[in-house]
Order: sequence, then structure tokens, then C-alpha cells
Amino acid sequence: MEILVASAIGILTAGGLYLVMRLRTFPVIMGISLLTYAVNVFLFASGRLTVGAPPILTDATTYADPLPQALVLTAIVISFGMTAVVVMIALGAYLGGDDDTVDDQPVEDAQ
Amino acid sequence: MTHWLILPVMLPAFVAPFIVLAARYQIGIQRVISVASILAVIGIALGLAWQTSDGTVMLYRLGDWAAPFGIVLVGDRLSTLMVLLTAVLALFVLLYAIGSEWDDRGRHFHALFQFQIMGIMGAFLTGDLFNLFVFFEVLLIASYGLMIHAGGTQRLRAGVQYVLFNLLGSTLFLFALGAIYAETGTLNMADLSQRVQMIGPDATVGIRIAAVLLLLVFAIKAAVVPLHFWLPSSYAEAPAPVAALFAIMTKVGAYAIIRVYTMVFPPELEVTAGLHGWWLLPAALLSLAVGMVGVLAARHLDRLVAFAVIGSMGMVMVSIALFTPAGIAAALYYVVHSTLAAGALFLISDLARAGRANLDLTAQPPMAGGTVTAALFFVAAIAMAGLPPLSGFIGKLLILDAGFASGSAVWIWAIVLGSSLISVVGFARAGSILFWKAKSVTPDEDADPAMAPSCLSYTAVGGLIALLVAHTVFAGPATAYTDAISKQLFAPDAYVETVLTTKGKLSDAPSQGEY
Repeated sequence: MEILVASAIGILTAGGLYLVMRLRTFPVIMGISLLTYAVNVFLFASGRLTVGAPPILTDATTYADPLPQALVLTAIVISFGMTAVVVMIALGAYLGGDDDTVDDQPVEDAQ
Repeated sequence: MTHWLILPVMLPAFVAPFIVLAARYQIGIQRVISVASILAVIGIALGLAWQTSDGTVMLYRLGDWAAPFGIVLVGDRLSTLMVLLTAVLALFVLLYAIGSEWDDRGRHFHALFQFQIMGIMGAFLTGDLFNLFVFFEVLLIASYGLMIHAGGTQRLRAGVQYVLFNLLGSTLFLFALGAIYAETGTLNMADLSQRVQMIGPDATVGIRIAAVLLLLVFAIKAAVVPLHFWLPSSYAEAPAPVAALFAIMTKVGAYAIIRVYTMVFPPELEVTAGLHGWWLLPAALLSLAVGMVGVLAARHLDRLVAFAVIGSMGMVMVSIALFTPAGIAAALYYVVHSTLAAGALFLISDLARAGRANLDLTAQPPMAGGTVTAALFFVAAIAMAGLPPLSGFIGKLLILDAGFASGSAVWIWAIVLGSSLISVVGFARAGSILFWKAKSVTPDEDADPAMAPSCLSYTAVGGLIALLVAHTVFAGPATAYTDAISKQLFAPDAYVETVLTTKGKLSDAPSQGEY
């Protein structure tokens, strides 16, 4: 299971980074979404991988760490909100300028 | 337990939705509420700074849960100083926004402004790393709204870049937090400082990666070269009052580096020894050089100020990277100076826009109200470039003095002094083109005479300049206080003890010693 989770995080991160470097808003936003998925799984795994254990401290010797689950929930909500914001701003920039590159153009060219 | 410590966070958090709900269409009422809220925050910040000035550590347990189970807010000398600095800067920025009517050029300026203040205050006060992430996101999402305030394609394009870069930074932050939690099982800073020391020398891989990732995240916030690319275009395109407020946001990164790398990963800690010291100083010297060369090379006044911010952040980071008590004290003195100076310069660049077609550094007819603007620019440029008699000079002397004992003193002295010269030339060139060459251009007869900026705008900029002068005149007490802050930072036992031993819910639970 460790190999499965680790390689999933790795593949998601690699794909995300590749897309981020495309410098067009749509692939970049997709890439950032992939990166946030990767980080969510990573956070989840930071409390160690356990199967079928209760997420509270009991007398049992194995339990699932509840804190990373709370962290992941927070991270999911925040990244969801942020993605919505960036989609809106990117749409505004694209509709206004008819151009969806994320590059920093020299100001001289723009004028 | 008093509740004063959480008020700088809660007050703006309540005022912002109140403004949206109750005064959505009345800009006048919004202005009154907003200024009143900031004044109240200044009062609270003064009280907190007074309370902690004798070295006491204030603690606020949210929901009364004891650390490390619950989230805590901690106020010591450093955090209350930063809270006070933010509140004071926010007041003058807000007055300028009202005086120049920037707040009326788009919707919800005041509500977003309050949310921004809430995020910054929270970042300075929190004692928990994950909570720091959450407050970073609060201040970022408010800053996205403020950054594209008043719209315009150029501004939206810069905004997209700014948001995307910061989203990447947030992702990196989460990776760092996950790694830290996996290694230590806690995210409370005081608890971390104890647990990191328990890590054996044979199992340091994870924590070393986490320490470097965290440094990267804070370096992005602090715009350290080569992670500064987001700053010039976003600060130059943001509305001037917003850019002036952003002057404190780069300092949030510097604050986080000081806090985490003196307490959790102190320089003498064996596990991460040499990691940040080795990388940070060259990067800081590089940003100082790049920033000041950018000042000389800039072709627009707003870009010039943005590069001056990068340069001054480089100066702060040089001093922090020494990781000596003298270095941190000098850095804190310079942080106060550079926040006020950068804020003033961004506002002045907006004053210079009155009657000019744009902020290109080309000769154009004299701007409306040019004499006062020129005088203000002169003073602020002297402060930023670090010429005597203003506080930039004193701050630079303190940093040079602190760097004298370090092994790379030659580099520090050469680059600090060389870049100062370059920035003086850069500011002198910009000022003479803007204000002197304007006299040689005959104004267009047909053009409508431009309105001079309002009195309130000048008052706001003048207030910031007056604070800079006060920071110079009272440099003695100020440096004594920053020395006291840095002493407290390098002896974090009182902080750790207050956080971990104060009783709250779950304090006596048997599970405390288990994992």
C-alpha cells in the first residue's frame, strides 16, 4: 500500500508541475489542481497508513491519527476556494485581453 | 486568561462582514466604520505591546484547549511589535485610499481591507504552524481581491500571475507541514521546538527536507531572489494604497523566518545545522543587488519602487541570515523602517500620477501639486536609499556592524555599500526626470488642468514620513527595544514554558505522554 500511495503522490506532483510550466491559464490551473490533490494525499499519509482502525484513542494498540484528516479537510476547502478565485480572475483577464498566457510581458510591448 | 490577544484578529473579522451587510452602498459609512475599526486595533495593539514590553509572554488558548492539542495565540515582544506596525501602516494607507478616492473605484474595498488586516494580524500572533498556513490563506485571498480592485486588463493579468504563484507557494507550504507532522507528530511551534531536538542524528532526512521546504515557502513570501518574480509586476499593477499595504506582507515572510528559525530550528540545532545559514545569506545578498540594480534600471516609477522593496527585503534577509542576536536586532529595526518607507514611496508614486499620462520615467509637463510631491519623494527616497540623516542610514549601519563579525563580512560590506550607491543614483535619476525635467516641457494648452491630490492624501503620506523621522530621532530607545526582542527570541524557554505548561482542557489527560 505504501508504494501505491507514494507513487500516486509522485505521479500527481510530476503531472501537476509539468502542466504548471505550460504558461497558459487553463493547463496551469489544471496543474495546480493536480498539485493540491497530491498534497492532500500526502497530508493524509503523514499520519501513517492504517486500515480499519478507529480514528480515536482507545485501549486498542492501533488507531488512525485523526489530526491529518482534519488538516486535509481544511486544505481541501481552502484549495477549492482558491481555485474558484483564480478561475474567475483568469477568465476576466482572458476576456479583457484576448490572451491567456501567464507570462510577464514587457510593458513596452503591451502599450 | 484575558481575551485581548485575539481582538486584533476578531475585530476586523467582524467589521468586514458588517460593512458588506450594513453599508454596502454607502461609501461614507463604510469609511467611518473602517477607520474606526483600524483606530481601535491600534489602541489594542498599543495595549498588547505595553503588556509584553517587560518580557511577559501572553497566551490565548482557543476554546480553552491546552497546547499542543488546541490552537494557541501567543503574544511576545516580536509579535506585538509587528501587530502594532501593521495597524499603524494600515491607518495611513486607509486615509490615503479615502483621500484619493481609490476605495470608490470598485466594490468592497473596505471589507477586503479589513479581512486583509485580520489575516496579517493572525499570522503574527499564532503559535501553531498549520494555523499560520490558514492565516496566510486568509491574507492572500483578501489580497487577491484588493490587488484587482478597480479592474483593468493589465491589472487582471498581473493578478492571475500573483494568484498562481501564491497558490504554488501554498501547496509547497502544505508539503512542508505534512513532512513536519510525519516526523514529529505535532505542529505547535513550542512543542515542535522540543520534539525536533529529540530526533536522533541517524533519522534526519525527513526533518531536513521539511526545514528547507518551509524556508522556501517563507522566502517566496519575502520575495528573496530567485523567488521574487511575482513581486515587481503585481506590486506595480496593484492600486497604490494596496501596494503600500502589501509592504507589510513581505515582512510576514521575514517574521515567519525569524520565528521558526530561532525557535524550532535554531542555528545551533545539530539536525539542521548549516542548512539555512548556508543558503540564505548568498540569496539575500543577491536580492539586495538585484533589487538595487532594478531601481537603477526601472523605466516606470511604480516598478522602481517595487524593486526598492526587493532590495530592502534583501537587506533585511542579509541581517537575518547572520542568525546572531545583533543581526536579528538590526533586521527588526530595518523591518520597521523599510515597511514605512516602502509604504510612503508607493503612495508618493500615486501622487505623482496626478496630471501625468503615466508613470514612465520620461519628461512630461509638471504634475499638479508637484512641489509638495517632489519634497515628499525627496525625503522618502533618502530614507529608502539609506542616506543620512534618516533611519535607513542607521539601519544600514546596524546591519554592517552586525555583519562585521561574520565570516563573509567582505561580501556583506561590499554588496551593501555598493548597492546603496546604485540605489542613490537610481532614485536621483528618477527624481530629476520626474520633477526637474518637467519644467523644460511646455504643457499642452488644450489639456484640462489636473486636480491636485487632496489634503488627506498628503496628510497620509506626511504621517508615514513623520513616523520615519520619529524612528530616526528615537533610534536609541528603538534599538534598545529590538535588542530586547532579539534576546527574547534567542532564549525561547519562557515562550515554550508558557505555551506548554499553562493549564487548560485536556492538560491532565493521561494521553499527553503517549505518542
